[in-house]
Amino acid sequence: MDLTLVGQGLLNGLLFGGVYSLTAVGLTLIFGVMRVVNFAHGDMMVWGMYLAWLLATRLGVDPYLGFVVCAAALFAFGLVTQRFLVNRIVDAPHEMQILLMLGVALILENAALVAFGPDPVRVRSALTASTIWLGPIFVDVARLVTFGVAIALTLALYLFLTRTDLGRSMRAAADNTYGALVIGTDVRRVYAVAFGIGAACVGAAGALVSPILPFQPSGGLAASVTSFNIVIIGGMGSLVGAFVGGLLVSLAESLGAVFLAPSLKELVSFSLLVIILLFRPAGLFGKGVS
Amino acid sequence: MRGGLTWTIRDPPRAGCAPVTLLEVTGLSKRFGGLQAVSGLSLSLETGDVLGLIGPNGAGKTTAFNLISGFLGPDAGDVRFDGRSMLGLKPHAVCRAGLARTFQIVRPFPHLSVLDNVKVGALGRTPVVAAAADKARAVITQVGLDAKMHAAAGGLTLAERKRLELARALATEPRLLLLDEVMAGLNPTETGAIVELIKRINRSGISILLIEHNMRAVMSLSHRIVVLSFGEKIAEGPPAAVANHPKVIEAYLGDEYVHAPQA
Amino acid sequence: MKLLGAGAIAVLLVLPAFLGSYAITLFIFIFFYAFLGQAWNIVGGYAGQLSAGHAAFVGVGAYTAAMLSLHAGLTPWVGMFVGGALSACLGVVIGYLGFRFGLRGFYFVLLTVAFAEICRIVALNTEAVGGALGLYITFTGNPRQFQFQDNRVYYYVALALMLSATGIVAWIERHRFGVYLSAIREDEAASEALGVDTFKYKMLAMAISSFLSGIGGTFYAFYLFSLQPNAVFGIPLSVEIIIRPIVGGAGTLLGPILGSFILSPLGELSRAYFQAAGWSGAHLIVYGALLVGVVLFLPEGAYPFLARWLRRGRSGG
Repeated sequence: MDLTLVGQGLLNGLLFGGVYSLTAVGLTLIFGVMRVVNFAHGDMMVWGMYLAWLLATRLGVDPYLGFVVCAAALFAFGLVTQRFLVNRIVDAPHEMQILLMLGVALILENAALVAFGPDPVRVRSALTASTIWLGPIFVDVARLVTFGVAIALTLALYLFLTRTDLGRSMRAAADNTYGALVIGTDVRRVYAVAFGIGAACVGAAGALVSPILPFQPSGGLAASVTSFNIVIIGGMGSLVGAFVGGLLVSLAESLGAVFLAPSLKELVSFSLLVIILLFRPAGLFGKGVS
Repeated sequence: MRGGLTWTIRDPPRAGCAPVTLLEVTGLSKRFGGLQAVSGLSLSLETGDVLGLIGPNGAGKTTAFNLISGFLGPDAGDVRFDGRSMLGLKPHAVCRAGLARTFQIVRPFPHLSVLDNVKVGALGRTPVVAAAADKARAVITQVGLDAKMHAAAGGLTLAERKRLELARALATEPRLLLLDEVMAGLNPTETGAIVELIKRINRSGISILLIEHNMRAVMSLSHRIVVLSFGEKIAEGPPAAVANHPKVIEAYLGDEYVHAPQA
Repeated sequence: MKLLGAGAIAVLLVLPAFLGSYAITLFIFIFFYAFLGQAWNIVGGYAGQLSAGHAAFVGVGAYTAAMLSLHAGLTPWVGMFVGGALSACLGVVIGYLGFRFGLRGFYFVLLTVAFAEICRIVALNTEAVGGALGLYITFTGNPRQFQFQDNRVYYYVALALMLSATGIVAWIERHRFGVYLSAIREDEAASEALGVDTFKYKMLAMAISSFLSGIGGTFYAFYLFSLQPNAVFGIPLSVEIIIRPIVGGAGTLLGPILGSFILSPLGELSRAYFQAAGWSGAHLIVYGALLVGVVLFLPEGAYPFLARWLRRGRSGG
């Protein structure tokens, strides 16, 4: 066994895990606060990627700066989606929520198809070509920066949720909606912001990934399913779980690509998902869906 | 109160029939994490009896029901229905054996009509839909829901839903009916009507084990009462004796309310 | 009502004499997807277990029949049932894993999607079944190989499939099986308390549903003559399958048929429009909008809404 290859796989897996974590944290926040499963998560990410691409190709903005715009744009989109669509089905049976978000996913994915075409594109960043060598293993500077920014954003979100009033309201609503209502929390505002933040996370994640991998509209649903994998493994509603889960899944996929075959790496995460669903649906840190 | 004596006063056997123990619960226990919900519960119910199960909130009454009806598996103890152990049986098998239950928060099938709701119960014994529908209609008449036969269950009032819940359970032709707080949320008139209905059901030969907070109803319906507190049985006996039992008063109201037992 | 149904069937039977080739093809797709939707309806509509991975069953059936025909010379008329049986096995496995482990709602959906994707990835990477290029069936027009020169024969086969599936669902609806499935959909715990063996009935629903979907796979293979993993196991096909009953009315007998009559023409129009503008595949955007619309405004689907509206009209309201 080529240890270098394994080492490279581990490192890449870890670095990419930052983005997985950021995406998963967004998804789990939405679920934790609103008990809604955002089936459109991956497609929102794809839009984050394409927005970064637009900024880079039309305005020459590097994605490592442009991600802020992507996050803001997706935040707004999240607010609007929540206010006009999701809000109406918060109390509906789960099947209805899933179908609604699936509909949104289809709209997003195919709107991207119409707007940008089916062919994969990539974004060039100033950092794209640089690498750092650690002995026999090389590190893409782009991946390193992606990882760093993703972690920083996750940390920022954590601070927001624990140190600010709005963040605390959100956690209160997540724990006990009724109780939060009783103490006067504007639950609708909390819901909207939660969905917006979840979307912003995934918009930023998309922008951060855009210089690393080629992407296309059809990648949306795959990204959604990967996010679900992570969130279930980590435990739905658990931020720590999403964070750890992101790193774990990325590592597993990376190693899967090394040991099996690159085209089978999705198989690894799906098999992992099935196993977790069967044996520990609450995930590593989660409380589970009622 | 904990681990104390239980006072058991047996009433004299009813003339003319040898009592048959229909339900025998021995040493039932269930723990949830750090909480011992039910601890060493033993009770028995004779055929034809109405046994009331009372106790303050959180005493473990609904947990006991869930254990008896197969929705939960006990950590220890046994449940014997007509001599057969019910342990390990799934709820539908317990129902097939003749033990039906209702839920504390009523669970009608909201989009199905009242008739279809009760048909589900009737189909257990009568696989043919047409015959089951006939049986269902008879039961619906029995509980007085004729007028709403084809109405969607989701649109019924609370009192009507309670009757529906009863009708569905009755349609499974049980020998023992477990009623979980069937009077909760009903006004005095509705309560009175349901009490009469339950008496009629009992007179038709169905034994009843009921959880209730409505003391008047329990006293009026039950032949015997079992009192739970913090998962343990603290008293048992005919209604009058239990009502004046110091431990029962203490459990419900706190020990400053305990007076000397009335002679 | 029954007279109306008989009349409609009579019309459908004679229609091919008046229709051109394009229209016949459209009807074939209407019938075929109504068939698949009706199969899904058993487990997704009546039993209320939302599955977004039914393409897995279609794919397994399709590949089985195709492989048996290509390598063993087995006529698809028999291969169809082998494919159906294999699909049923997969359905039973998924059902067992899901129901035994108590997976509901979102978790169950994800399980079904996971299995469909696993099938897709395995097929993509298995050279023995053609890998990424898939399987191609040579057109011989030989009826013994489930191939017909005349498009109109396909029309009648598809119509027969749709009517059979609908007949099966009608039977289920009128017998204890159907009543129990509806009860399970409404409230599983309450059903259990009333003596319904929910696990058994959910499994039965899953087995029948996946068996029928597998049979549909054979039709798919021998009508389109090519099988690609992404097409036959992919999410777009699963979406095509579920959207018709959902729009038409999940858990109703005519829902999938009504849904198919609405969606296939709509899909064709959208496909043509988007293709002309150079964006192929984007017609799914219309599907997405429809799903959103149905969930928000017509959650029970078109058929119950229509039925109520007609009833009110008839009673002179």
